[in-house]
Amino acid sequence: MSESAGVQAVHGAHAHHEELGFLRTYVFSTDHKMIGRQFLFLGLFMLVIGGLLAMMMRWQLGWPETPVPGMRWVPEPYMFEGIIPPQTYNSLFTMHATIMIFFAVMPIMIGCFGNFLIPLMIGARDMAFPVLNMLSFWSGAVGGVVMLSGFFVPGGHAASGWTAYAPLSASAIYTGVDWGQNLWNISLIIIGASSLMGSINYITTIINMRAPGMTWFRLPLVIWSLFITAILLLLALPVLTAALAMLLTDRMLGTHFFLPAGGGEPLLWQHLFWYFGHPEVYVLVLPAMGVTSDVLSTFSRKPIFGYRAMAMSMIGIAFLSWIVWGHHMFLSGMNPALGTAFMMSTMVIAVPSAIKTFNWLGTLWGGSIRLTTPMLNALAFVAIFVIGGLSGVFMASTPVDIFIHDTYFIVAHFHYVVAGIVFGLFAAVYYWFPKMFGRMMNETLGKIHFVLTFVFFNLTFFPMHFLGAGGHMRRIWNPMQYEFLQHFQPMNQFISVSAFILGVSQILFLVNFFWSLFAGKKAEVNPWHANTLEWAAPSPPPHGNWGEQLPIVHHGPYEYSVPGVEEDYLPQTRPHALPVTAGH
Amino acid sequence: MWDMLSWLPENVSTYGGEIDSLFYIIYYITGVAFLLVAGAMIAFVIMYRHREGRRATYLHGNTILEITWTVVTALIFIVLAFMSQPLWGRIKQEVPPTDLQVRVTGKQFNWEIVYPGPDGKFDTADDLQIDNELHVPVNRPVQVFLASKDVIHSFFLPQLRLKQDAVPGRVIQAWFQATKTGRYEIPCAELCGFGHSGMLGYLTVYSPEEYSKWVKEKWPSR
Ligand code: HEM
Ligand SMILES: [Cu+2]
Ligand SMILES: [Cu+2]
Repeated sequence: MSESAGVQAVHGAHAHHEELGFLRTYVFSTDHKMIGRQFLFLGLFMLVIGGLLAMMMRWQLGWPETPVPGMRWVPEPYMFEGIIPPQTYNSLFTMHATIMIFFAVMPIMIGCFGNFLIPLMIGARDMAFPVLNMLSFWSGAVGGVVMLSGFFVPGGHAASGWTAYAPLSASAIYTGVDWGQNLWNISLIIIGASSLMGSINYITTIINMRAPGMTWFRLPLVIWSLFITAILLLLALPVLTAALAMLLTDRMLGTHFFLPAGGGEPLLWQHLFWYFGHPEVYVLVLPAMGVTSDVLSTFSRKPIFGYRAMAMSMIGIAFLSWIVWGHHMFLSGMNPALGTAFMMSTMVIAVPSAIKTFNWLGTLWGGSIRLTTPMLNALAFVAIFVIGGLSGVFMASTPVDIFIHDTYFIVAHFHYVVAGIVFGLFAAVYYWFPKMFGRMMNETLGKIHFVLTFVFFNLTFFPMHFLGAGGHMRRIWNPMQYEFLQHFQPMNQFISVSAFILGVSQILFLVNFFWSLFAGKKAEVNPWHANTLEWAAPSPPPHGNWGEQLPIVHHGPYEYSVPGVEEDYLPQTRPHALPVTAGH
Repeated sequence: MWDMLSWLPENVSTYGGEIDSLFYIIYYITGVAFLLVAGAMIAFVIMYRHREGRRATYLHGNTILEITWTVVTALIFIVLAFMSQPLWGRIKQEVPPTDLQVRVTGKQFNWEIVYPGPDGKFDTADDLQIDNELHVPVNRPVQVFLASKDVIHSFFLPQLRLKQDAVPGRVIQAWFQATKTGRYEIPCAELCGFGHSGMLGYLTVYSPEEYSKWVKEKWPSR
C-alpha cells in the first residue's frame, strides 16, 4: 500500500490549496462526496416519479376505468379525461420498473453510497479516476433526461415491460410505440456506460487505494458488497448493452436478431436479458445487504457475526448468479430439461442468502440493541428480505412455477426483494446523513416515517401473494375483465388504499430530509459511536477527506464492546491489542 | 383470509393436485422458517435491548453453528429440488398417449383453435377452426400444439394449473387432462400488446356424451 498512499498524500496536499469555483464545486465536481450527493438527488427525484407512476397503476387496478384524480390534463390518446387506456397502463408499469431499477435504486445505492463511502471507508482521498467519476454522473443524468423525454414523443413511452421481450419490443407494428421504445433503448445504453465507468472506478479504488493497514478482511461489509456489485456490473452490463443495441438495430435498421419472420430467435433476447437480469437483481440487493450488516453491528454494539462467512456468501452469491438466469424462463419454451438444471442452481443460490440472514440474527443475539431510525430500517430490511427470499422458493420449484409464473405472486415476491431495498436505502440515508451533510436528521419524524412505511409496505405487498395464488395475472390493465378474478376486487382496492398511504407517508421522509439539510442539529464527528474510518473524518469531510496524514488502520471494522476497552466501540484508527476469542 | 391456500382456484386437472400439494409443502416449510426467523428477531430485539450498565457480548461467530445452519438449509433445498423434478418431468417432458390433439395459436389478441377434424390430421380440408373456443371431453388427455402468429403469448388454464408460453417460430407441446366438466377461462399470461388484458378464450369440458354430440354437430363430416 505504501506507494499508492504516497501518491495520495501528494494529491491531498495539492487539493487543499486549490480554490474551486461554483461550477467545479457543485456541478462538474470531481470530488467523490459531491458526486455521491448528486446521485442522491437524482435518485430521490426519480424515486418520486417512479412512485407516482405506481400510484396511477394502483388507481386503475382498484377502480378500473374511472378518472384518476388530478390527471385530466393529460391529452388523448394517452388518457381520456383522466381515464387510463390499456396502452398507457402498459407504459406505466414499464416505466415504473425501469425508473425504479435504473434511475432510483441504482443511483442511490451504488451511485450515491458507492461514491460517498468507498474512499471514506477505505481511507483514500478520492476515487482512482475522479474525472471518469464526474463523467459517470453526467452520463447518468443525460440517460435520465433521455428516458424522461420518452413520455413526450408521439406513440407514447415504451410499453413492452421492463423486460422488453422480443418480438413485442422489436418492431413498432406490435405495440404502436415508435420512438418511446427507441429512446428507452438509447437511454439504457447510456446509463450502461455510466455504470461501467463507475464500476471500473470502484474496483480500481478498492484494490489499490486502501489506507495503510486496511487489509481485505478489515474492509467493512458494505465495501465488500459494493466491490462485488461493481464486478457483477462490469461483467453483466455489456451483455445487456449488446442486446439493447441488437434490439435497436432490429427496430431501426431492419435486422432480424429477434424477429422470427426474418429467421431471428425471440428466446435469444430472453437469454441475453436474464443473463444480465439475474445478476442485476443482486446488483440491486447486495449494497443494501452491506448497509444492513454495518448498521446492525453498530447499533447492536457487537461484532458482526461470522464476518468471513458474510463476505464469502456474497462472493458465492455473485458467482452463482451467473448460472441461474434460466429460472425466469421455465415456461418460455426453452427445453424443459434445462429447467431442471436451473431449478437446481437456484436452490443452491438460496443457501448463501439464508446464511446471511442467520448471521444477522447472530449479530443481534447478545447485543445491546439501540432502536435508532437507521437500526429500525435495517431490521425491517432483514424481515422483508426474509419474506422475499422465502417466497422465491415457490418459484424455484418448477412445477409450482407453472401455476404462479406471471401472476401477482411474482409481483409480491420481487417487491419484497427489490422494493424492500428501500429499507436498506432509508437505513443508509438516516445513518450517513450526518456525515454527508454535517447535520442530523430528526429522529422522531424518522421513526414515524418508519412505522408508517413498514406497516403500509406490508399491507400493500403481502396481499399480492393471495392474488397470485388465485391466479391473478400480472401486467393486466383491468382484472374485472376476467370472471375468475372478480372476487378479488375488494382486495385490489385494499391494496390500492394501502399503496396510497404508503406513498403519502414518504412526504414525511422528504420533509425530514430537506428540513434537516438546512436546520438539522449540527452533527458531531462520530454521532453513532461507530468504528469505521468515515467517522474519523470531519462531518462533512473536506476535499481530500483527511488532513495531512492518511488514517492508519489497526484492526477490523466491527470491534464493538471489546473487553478491556472502556467505551463500547473501538475505532479502526485506534491501536489496541485484541483479545483472542473463540470462533474468530 | 390469511390462509394462502384458500385462495387457490378450484383444481380440475389430473396433475393440478400434485402441484397444489407441492405448493402446500413449500408453504408450510417457508411458513415455519419465517416464524422461526421473525420470532428470533423479535425476541432478540426485546431481550437484548439496550439497558444501562449491560454490555454486549464480545463474540465474532460460532463455527459449529454456522456449519450446522448451512448444511440444514442446503439439505432442505436439495430435498425440495428432488421432490419437484419428477412432477415437472411428467407435466412438461412426457405427453401421455392420446388421440385428442388440438392446435392453439396465439395472435394479437385471440386464441385461434384448430381441431384436426374427423381424419385426425391437421392441415387437411376437414380441419375445424374456432377462435377462443376449446372443447374437450372430461377425463381424457388432450395434447396441445402451441404456436404464435406474432408476439409471445402464454396459454394459461388457471383451474388446470397449466401455463405455457406460445412463441412465434416454434411449436411447443403441452397437455392436460380435465377431471370435471364445466366452462373455464383461458387468459393470456404474457404481455402481448395493448389488448393483452382481456385476451381471453374459453375451455369447455364436456361429459363423453355431450362431447360426441358437439363433435357430431360441429365437426365437418368427411
Ligand atoms: C410505492 C411503492 C410501489 C408500489 C405501490 C408499486 C406497485 C407496482 C405495480 C402496481 C406494478 C404493476 C404490476 C402489474 O401490472 O403487473 C409494479 C411493477 C413493478 N415494480 Fe413496483 N411498486 C412500488 C415500488 C417499487 C420499487 C421501489 C421497485 C424497484 C426497486 C419496483 C419494481 C417493480 C418492477 C420491477 C415491476 C415489474 C414491471 C413489469 O412487469 O415490467 N416497484 N409495481
Ligand atoms: Cu433471477
Ligand atoms: Cu397476452
